[in-house]
Amino acid sequence: MSTPAIEATDLRKIYRRYSRRRQFSTLKSALLSGSLMRDLTPDDSFEALRGVSFRVEKGRTLGVIGRNGSGKSTLLKLAAGIGKPSAGRIDVNGRVSALIELGAGFHPEISGRENVFINGLMLGLSRKEISRRFDEIVAFAELEPFIDAPVKTYSSGMYMRLGFSVATHVDPDILLVDEVLAVGDESFTHKCLSKFADFRRRGKTTLLVTHSLDLVERYCDEALWLDEGRVRAHGDPRRVIDEYRMDVARAEDALHTQAPMVTASEAAPTEEPAETPAPEAPQDLFKVPEGRWGSREVEITSVQLCRADGTPAHVFPSGQPMVIRLTLASPHEVTDFAIGIGLFDDNGTCCYGTNTHIEGGVPGTLSGTAQVDFVIERLDLVAGGYKLDVAVHRTDGVPYDYHRQLYTFRVSSPLADVGIYRPAHRWQLSGGVRITGLS
Amino acid sequence: MFANLRHLLRYQALIRSLVARDLRARYRGSVLGFFWSFVNPLLLLLIYSFVFTVVLPGTHPPELEPFALFMFCGILPWSWFSASLLEASNSLVAGGNLIRKVLFPAEVLPITTVLANLAHFGFGLTILGLFLLIYRPPADPLKLLWLPAIILVQLLLTVGLALLLSSLTAIFRDVRDLIQNLLTLWFFATPIIYPISVAPARIQPFLNLNPFTHLAVAYQEVLFHAGPFYQWDRLLLVAAEGLVAFLVGYFVFDRLRDALPEEV
Repeated sequence: MSTPAIEATDLRKIYRRYSRRRQFSTLKSALLSGSLMRDLTPDDSFEALRGVSFRVEKGRTLGVIGRNGSGKSTLLKLAAGIGKPSAGRIDVNGRVSALIELGAGFHPEISGRENVFINGLMLGLSRKEISRRFDEIVAFAELEPFIDAPVKTYSSGMYMRLGFSVATHVDPDILLVDEVLAVGDESFTHKCLSKFADFRRRGKTTLLVTHSLDLVERYCDEALWLDEGRVRAHGDPRRVIDEYRMDVARAEDALHTQAPMVTASEAAPTEEPAETPAPEAPQDLFKVPEGRWGSREVEITSVQLCRADGTPAHVFPSGQPMVIRLTLASPHEVTDFAIGIGLFDDNGTCCYGTNTHIEGGVPGTLSGTAQVDFVIERLDLVAGGYKLDVAVHRTDGVPYDYHRQLYTFRVSSPLADVGIYRPAHRWQLSGGVRITGLS
Repeated sequence: MFANLRHLLRYQALIRSLVARDLRARYRGSVLGFFWSFVNPLLLLLIYSFVFTVVLPGTHPPELEPFALFMFCGILPWSWFSASLLEASNSLVAGGNLIRKVLFPAEVLPITTVLANLAHFGFGLTILGLFLLIYRPPADPLKLLWLPAIILVQLLLTVGLALLLSSLTAIFRDVRDLIQNLLTLWFFATPIIYPISVAPARIQPFLNLNPFTHLAVAYQEVLFHAGPFYQWDRLLLVAAEGLVAFLVGYFVFDRLRDALPEEV
């Protein structure tokens, strides 16, 4: 077996926090009060990595995914040799270039040209090597006309292009990338991606930390999912990403179903003592306070999203049933009413809207408590976040109670198809065409 | 430790470029630009001349005329020394972004500040040399050959302390303020604005404990005084102290190296 490009063995990293010292006390006061030793004892520590083991063979591209704070960036830094592991080891075989922050260390007052040299030297190139590659570096960054201007006059895009260009022209055996593609315009991103592809073709190893699952799916040979400093899954990107997505959906679901799905009369924080700001209740993440209005002669007292079997849920698989369950309360009998719903995507585009009046329903009476289920047989939407309008109003449109995008739900899908609406469909092939794997 | 030291040699090109960058960036945007490196010491010299010939005449032994030049022999190396330590102590914190984001030997930063200040010292020395030629031409030019040796010894001492202080400052920010005050004390505890001969006999032993005393006197003997260079044995002592300072400084820096990305 050949030596792997990167091999981590039970890698651990503990960040210590000395909060006492941070707060106030200084060396002087520590010396004066004789509390130096106590202040130097860490009173809090954070385990960023808790025993991570994996290996990456030469020439592979590994995508590292995971939630914020799962230890991705720490892993990358350790691989780059910035900081030492608290325990375990990480072996990296070959010349490393780390794209952690583009253009870190550029000095604003001096020219791009000089900065390229200094940055290159820092990354371990020799002066001669830089001279040889200089034109290529500048050409890639598209900065020929500006290369002799001080870097402080550069736009942030120019700055990043130059940083990226230098870092990739170090010609490393192993490239470590931390989320740098999130910045920069479309064409720059494309350029970076083709540069990565080029790397891959030349048999170089890449470790890519990113939140873009898409990128991992398209560019990586394997994926590593870190969760709270541990490896949750490692292997085929598609499988790992699906597992990760499912976990995220489960977490969202759990958060959301815990929270009561109601509503305005309870929403007023009357029980909250005035001086304590309301804690960030998790349900607030999903309940967008877009608005509520109406005469309240009829009130919508609860809105629940359920699966076909009536269990409340927040995430719905595309193509499966969804039930929107409204509870209405009308102290007095009303005879002029219509019940409506509206579905919106994340951008606020209306996907669908209807009410009982539009569909020819003639109102009878509504009094006391009532339950209305809006049953969707097939939720034919593509994956994404959606918002919901529900309302009770008069047939002429005057609202009793209008809830404007107060509720959200997610549609999950194993496919990355685009748009809003997914018509139920199939591919029919005949003649000289063969495609396998279509479901 | 010694492996890291060898490793550092590979980065001399970087250090050279960074020193050049420091010098260039310092005066970028000013009209006189690089000339400030000469104008600054010149103006300082004029101020001292004014003070000691017009405001406070006769406060110094008559054989030390022009007194401003005598003081300048000590002040120039002292400014190199103190500015280096002050800037170096701040260098890691200021370069925090680099240390956290780029893998390179962090000791490059304090060393760079010492060398950039050495360059300024060089410019000042040129100005001083010109004035000495006019007012106190050296009787024995061969004595000047000692000068590189003295500078080298001071460099060793300064780099050692710069490494020590820069890494300590990264961990304890208060070191910076501490040394600011210590340097003021140190300045007056060194025969720079007074000749060592006028110091009371009972504090002479203390002055002799101060390595910079010997450096300052060495500069004065070589540049200002007539007669042979007496100080070479003392200089050797300071060289030994400088070596110890360097080894201790580098050792401490090396020990703290891994903590730096988290502390700066």
